[in-house]
Amino acid sequence: MLLIPDVPLWPKEASTIAPHTDALFIFLCVVTGAMALFIFVTIFYLAIVYRRRPDNELAQEGEAPKFLELAWIVAPFIFFMVCFVWGAWLYFRISRVPDNALQVYGTGKQWMWKFQHPSGQREINELHVPVNRPVKITLASEDVIHSLFVPAFRVKMDVLPNRYKTMWFQATKVGRYHLFCAEYCGTLHSQMVGWIDVMEPTDYELWLAGGSEGSLASQGQALFQHYACNTCHTEDKSGRGPILTGVYGSTVALNDGQKVVADDNYVRESILNPQAKIVAGFGPIMPTFQGQVSEEDLLKLLAYVKSLAQAASPSAVASPNVAPPATPVRRQGKGK
Amino acid sequence: MTSVTYHDVRLMEPAKTRNYLNVDYGFFSWLLTKDHKRIAILYMISISVMFILGGFFAMMMRLELLTPQGDLLTSDTYNRFFTLHGIIMIFFFLIPSIPAVLGNFLLPLMLGAKDLAFPRINLLSWYLYIIGAFVGLVVIITGGVDTGWTFYTPFSTQYSNTHVFGTTLGAFIVGFSSILTGLNFLVTVHRMRAPGLTWFRLPLFVWAIYATSIVQLLATPVLAITLVMLMFERVAHVGIFDPALGGDPLLYQHMFWFYSHPAVYIMILPGMGVASEVVAAFTRKKIFGYKFVAFSSLAIAFLGFLVWAHHMFVAGISVYSAMIFSFLSMFVAVPSAIKVFNWTATLYKGSVSWQTPMLYILGFIGLFTIGGVTGIFLASLGIDVHVTDTYFVVAHFHYIMVGGAVMAYFAGLHYWWPKITGRMYPEWWARLAALLVFIGFNLTFFPQFILGYVGMPRRYHAYAPEFQVLNVMSTAGASVLAVGYLLPLIYLLWSLRFGPKAGPNPWGAVGLEWATTSPPPKDNFHETPAVTWDAYDYPAFLTAMGETQHV
Repeated sequence: MLLIPDVPLWPKEASTIAPHTDALFIFLCVVTGAMALFIFVTIFYLAIVYRRRPDNELAQEGEAPKFLELAWIVAPFIFFMVCFVWGAWLYFRISRVPDNALQVYGTGKQWMWKFQHPSGQREINELHVPVNRPVKITLASEDVIHSLFVPAFRVKMDVLPNRYKTMWFQATKVGRYHLFCAEYCGTLHSQMVGWIDVMEPTDYELWLAGGSEGSLASQGQALFQHYACNTCHTEDKSGRGPILTGVYGSTVALNDGQKVVADDNYVRESILNPQAKIVAGFGPIMPTFQGQVSEEDLLKLLAYVKSLAQAASPSAVASPNVAPPATPVRRQGKGK
Repeated sequence: MTSVTYHDVRLMEPAKTRNYLNVDYGFFSWLLTKDHKRIAILYMISISVMFILGGFFAMMMRLELLTPQGDLLTSDTYNRFFTLHGIIMIFFFLIPSIPAVLGNFLLPLMLGAKDLAFPRINLLSWYLYIIGAFVGLVVIITGGVDTGWTFYTPFSTQYSNTHVFGTTLGAFIVGFSSILTGLNFLVTVHRMRAPGLTWFRLPLFVWAIYATSIVQLLATPVLAITLVMLMFERVAHVGIFDPALGGDPLLYQHMFWFYSHPAVYIMILPGMGVASEVVAAFTRKKIFGYKFVAFSSLAIAFLGFLVWAHHMFVAGISVYSAMIFSFLSMFVAVPSAIKVFNWTATLYKGSVSWQTPMLYILGFIGLFTIGGVTGIFLASLGIDVHVTDTYFVVAHFHYIMVGGAVMAYFAGLHYWWPKITGRMYPEWWARLAALLVFIGFNLTFFPQFILGYVGMPRRYHAYAPEFQVLNVMSTAGASVLAVGYLLPLIYLLWSLRFGPKAGPNPWGAVGLEWATTSPPPKDNFHETPAVTWDAYDYPAFLTAMGETQHV
């Protein structure tokens, strides 16, 4: 009855995660299906065999054996633990971003998705990525909570207005896949949808070579000067703020003795709420940029700060256990 | 003090006794009543109105979703409708349904008491409910609200331009109704049991209501606090949840789910209690593993407080806290599984009757099992990433709340209808309705599991065309379900006048509520009963009755 060709009963399987999710899902369907079927058949069997009849007005003497009680506490528990361990293993896998992932930036706003590539391309409700290459999306929201959901990849991540979230996938098949907003966000929530275009690497290179406004880092550099960040964050020790060269990815000592790793959220917080974490040896003199810098511009600034780390010492940024990327890493910033 | 035995019950002439319905007439004899049975009727009427209203919004949504384009309603209307459907069904129907209607009516009867511990507070609870519902209705009439029943920040505090304040105020007020009812029930179970009615002689419905009351009393204040903070932020721009004001949106989700996950157990635990009563009565057998079933209610109430963040696996909690909450969520499935298996085992060597309440409960066990095992899918972290916020979740919680809680409410309504009204409902029509509800329900919600795994997000006014066939099936099912729900409304009202007189114990069931006339007298019992038997002691009871009272 459901053999109509256009009716999918199973989502497309187009990422490295998808087969793992499907395997666990099928396992759960089979075991819980068998469990439920066993219960239904038993109920029907007992309700028919022991139905009320003139010779069965009274319940009969005797009960089901007592050991059953223990059996149906222990057996489901063991099954639940298997589900827990398998599910947690998969969750770790979904959460851990491969080191060689291609970086993309995404912003959700009512009601569209905007994506920025390090080389400077920008797209709306559409994201071009190469096949067979891990892609990492750093996500921010301009307003309310959104959630980026790609069913064919079996990944989803809420997008928050006050911190960066990261989601990654490695597409395994060329094609166009739905991209949805999964967290209700207002009037046109159901229109906050788009496509992910998975392309052959060569097509992707061609697409990237199309027009852009300069690399994201260079746009960030321009903003760095526009907001006069460079007056304090100078390239030598004469400035009133810390030197930013080589900071990203390093461990920073703070005024209160704590140490933090300078990751995406640290950079973001340092721009929007500079008083929260002050680098050892500096005063709380930086003004806040909350409400002055858009999420898209913040991502540009982040890309610039990241590029400063790479400029300082390429080997220090990449962690030592990095595997060589599957395809040659494109140099960031054409011609810059 | 003399004890009432079942022999005495047979001798009672129901027609000659004054009962709680005819003891007094007039508008104010109802509006100012302190009788728990009359208050139960007041609740029954109020929540039925709410159920019809919530059902109307559901039907409009299903009609909209017949086609992929958003053509019947505008986006804003659709968003308001699903929000109002959720708020009405959860806060104004499901949470008060079994506790405030059946619990109110039955708890003192089952305990052999004259009334609840605090009859005036009981009436106050109903007035709080009515005030909350009134505020809710004003909101609906003046334009509604579009945040979803979860009121997620910062959308609800800064972005929505609908009546968020009024709605949360309504939910806030109705929360106190729930708190006071829980408190009243707890004290009643502790202090008002009849002589000889020890804890392990209590019917399992009382255990379930007791566990529910603990949750109502402890969790609902957190909702109240959360909603007040939300109102403050929305009106006074005090930064608590909105990052633009220095707040944290995830804090809201933690606080909201700290109440709203246990609230799921407020809805389903009483249903489990009804299931235990009905299974015992319609197999004429003691529930297998009575103590396991009783303690599993308490275990669910306790564990229910420790799993809230499983609603937030992709919201931004750390990998390790996600792991802990997944682990604990698996634990809460164990006591639910215990109950299902124990009900099933009770059928063994029973005298199983296929009358309407039992049909509903057999349906309940089946649908609750499906709802429960799909909960395992969602608690399993890697699967949750894919299916959370899709129709899979919608299907899952409707299997628990409609397939579970509402089926149990209808089972209880039919089972105790003769006690409440003194009249029997028409059995044939009732069985037909039970069957229609079961078929309609599965046709509505089973396709949504598939729809969710294929990837359709929830709360979508328009959707991708490939999802249409499953949506059409769902809408067709909802139409059958609507007929299944309308039938009882008609024949139950019909039975008030034309139904055959029921007699004190039409089912031949054991339990103190059957040891008095139908409808019960104002003070429930003609003499205070003394209990000398265990719960569901059918062999002793039926021997004493000489099998004369089966239907």
